[in-house]
Amino acid sequence: MRVLIPSSLRSYTKAMYVEATGATLGEALADLDRRYPGLRFRMVDEQGSLRPHMRVFIGGLAIHSLAHALRPGEDVNIVQALSGG
Amino acid sequence: MASRTPTPRATPKTTPAPAAKRAPGPRPLVLMVATRKGAWLFHGDAKRKTWRVDGPHFLGHTVSHMRLDPRDGRTLLAAAKTGHLGPTVFRSTNLGKTWKEAAQPPAFTKAADGKGRTVDHTFWLTPGHASEKGSWYAGTSPQGLFRSDDGGDRWTPFPSINDDPQYIEWMGSAQDGTPDGPKLHSIIVDPRDPKHLYFAMSSGGVHESTDGGQRWAPLVKGLQVVEGFDPNTLTFHDPHVVQICPSNPDRLYQQNHCGIYRIDRPGDTWQRVGAKMPKRVGDVGFPVVVHPRDADVAWVFPMDGTNVWPRTSPQGIPAAYGTRNGGKTWQRLNGGMPESQAWWTVKRQAMTGDAQDPVGLYFGTTSGELWMSRDEGARWSCIAQHLPEIYAVEVAELA
Repeated sequence: MRVLIPSSLRSYTKAMYVEATGATLGEALADLDRRYPGLRFRMVDEQGSLRPHMRVFIGGLAIHSLAHALRPGEDVNIVQALSGG
Repeated sequence: MASRTPTPRATPKTTPAPAAKRAPGPRPLVLMVATRKGAWLFHGDAKRKTWRVDGPHFLGHTVSHMRLDPRDGRTLLAAAKTGHLGPTVFRSTNLGKTWKEAAQPPAFTKAADGKGRTVDHTFWLTPGHASEKGSWYAGTSPQGLFRSDDGGDRWTPFPSINDDPQYIEWMGSAQDGTPDGPKLHSIIVDPRDPKHLYFAMSSGGVHESTDGGQRWAPLVKGLQVVEGFDPNTLTFHDPHVVQICPSNPDRLYQQNHCGIYRIDRPGDTWQRVGAKMPKRVGDVGFPVVVHPRDADVAWVFPMDGTNVWPRTSPQGIPAAYGTRNGGKTWQRLNGGMPESQAWWTVKRQAMTGDAQDPVGLYFGTTSGELWMSRDEGARWSCIAQHLPEIYAVEVAELA
């Protein structure tokens, strides 16, 4: 699938869009971490939860669980919440 | 489980205490300035007259601490995060020319139910003992203790602290900690013995291990807590920073939420040496700096800890204070500093001293100014302005 990478994580991917594989969101992020080491821990904490200001949209829906099943052809959009100072 | 009984002071085992030495010949210096929005290096000449700025590094990252490995003189570690991204540690083996992220940054052990603690940021970095090349310690927010044995690439937790029910109780909740999160800090390695360690927690008190961190015991006797609270409850102890004297590692100074203290081991009781500070200034603050060759000499930077804790300089008139007799008396050291309407202060990691003779002192302010003194605090000058809020200042002499 195609994954939209937010600007804050492009120091890892060097690209706005990258490819990843996996049957779930968690597997897709693990695949991204293999390609771009360190990326996953910046957006997922050690207890397996998305960090507070990281948002993931799939099929137009906000997804909070790494167990979310991905359907073939679905894109994953990772964005950072509009917050901060 | 952590030991609940006080452990004896470590007996020197491996290397003798470093004798008070003459200051080495002056060498070029590097100042490591960590800020809320990135990090900067200031390269100074041997006479400490001119400073060349190198930065920003990690612009936009909150950098809590940056340290140089004194064992190789070129490896830098920086503890960083951003508002949105999780915490990490960056490493450079060429004095900041290039950086690489740690393969396994400090992180708590995953709980079976996924409800365990998570590291918000790594707050404190301490190089390991001189005999343990590549070893480092890290303290996090919320409170956690970690060690690396490969130069900061992979970090492993200390279960004796991070997963111990008693220690977790002492850490308290997020509401018991500082406004930007409770912290484990002031990780100290006895220069005579790599297994003799100290650390402090805000909140949670000062703790000591004599076996390399397998067992720990509190070291809080004599420390006061906020009026009305029970000093026997470790959660109420708020050490702001602890420093060991290189010339006499049996002596430590502490700036606490409730005053300035000194302890002389094997004694187990802290003495409030800040009681001799002027009443209008008080003895609340964050940093304390010790002299590299004279354990009777230390410096602090008081702040306003009255009422709602403004965390500014008292009366808007910043000043360092120094003692040359172990805290019996204190001298005001503010030559060259603003004399009115200066409402900045200095955070716990943001004041340090070099090893030259006379000692150079450095501090960074909450308003983004970098100050230095070439004469142990008698006169100060501002060497940089307009930086982001400064969280930490460290200095090292280059080979």
